[in-house]
Amino acid sequence: MHFGVDQGDLAEVIVPNDLRSAKRAEDRIMAELARYGYDSDTSFAIKLSLEEAITNAVKHGNKNDPAKRIVVRFQITVQRTVIMVADDGTGFSPEKVPDPTADKNLERPNGRGIMLMHAYMTKVWFSETGNEVWMLKDRREATP
Amino acid sequence: MSPMEQPSSHLKIKRSNAVSLVEFADRKILEELSIQEIGDELDRLVESEPGIQLLLNFHNVDHLSSAALGMLISLNKKIKERSGKLKLSDINRQIFEVFKITRLNRVFEIHDTADEALAGFERS
Repeated sequence: MHFGVDQGDLAEVIVPNDLRSAKRAEDRIMAELARYGYDSDTSFAIKLSLEEAITNAVKHGNKNDPAKRIVVRFQITVQRTVIMVADDGTGFSPEKVPDPTADKNLERPNGRGIMLMHAYMTKVWFSETGNEVWMLKDRREATP
Repeated sequence: MSPMEQPSSHLKIKRSNAVSLVEFADRKILEELSIQEIGDELDRLVESEPGIQLLLNFHNVDHLSSAALGMLISLNKKIKERSGKLKLSDINRQIFEVFKITRLNRVFEIHDTADEALAGFERS
């Protein structure tokens, strides 16, 4: 249980480990946000963060292995959205990712996904194993 | 000046004097799935013209990812290495915020409008 959500209350989409398949999970979540009348800035924030989480799972977690899969669980209410993205990989240490906004890293092409998730979501939590990320967006929170 | 449009799967490329004006053909184009292909197309364009002056117009772009930012950073480096110049214009508020959060507004030359960016090219 994370962010006060019981696992049983989460919807689940399991997809093969490729971005095209993972789009199915994203489309479902975006449709739900629209149904609940989420505004453009909040939807933008969630979409951006979800795509970063999925990209990390497919590329870095599952290392583009087509035999692996991605699990997306979510709960969307009028007040907030909780999303979990898990991969079959061995995990990583998010604190070891260098700060992409440091002057010396500004022109590095990679390493901005996690930073963007933190900037756009209310809370982001990585499991100790590092292959599961939980994100919370409180709808009352102003979006950057 | 009669801009010639070249057919291209992800990009709309026009010419204005010495400047190559590039727009994205689809507003969802900067999603992860297409990034590699767009990056390859832009690379080919840059390789075809030493010292290219390239303006990327974002007017119909409403989404962005870190992969797209990475592609733009690599493109900018490549253009600089070839003594060219890259400018970006018409970036909407939500997308510009991504540039600000990542501090990439300091890496790229960003103009409000394509006309403003073009005027700068002509002066430089």
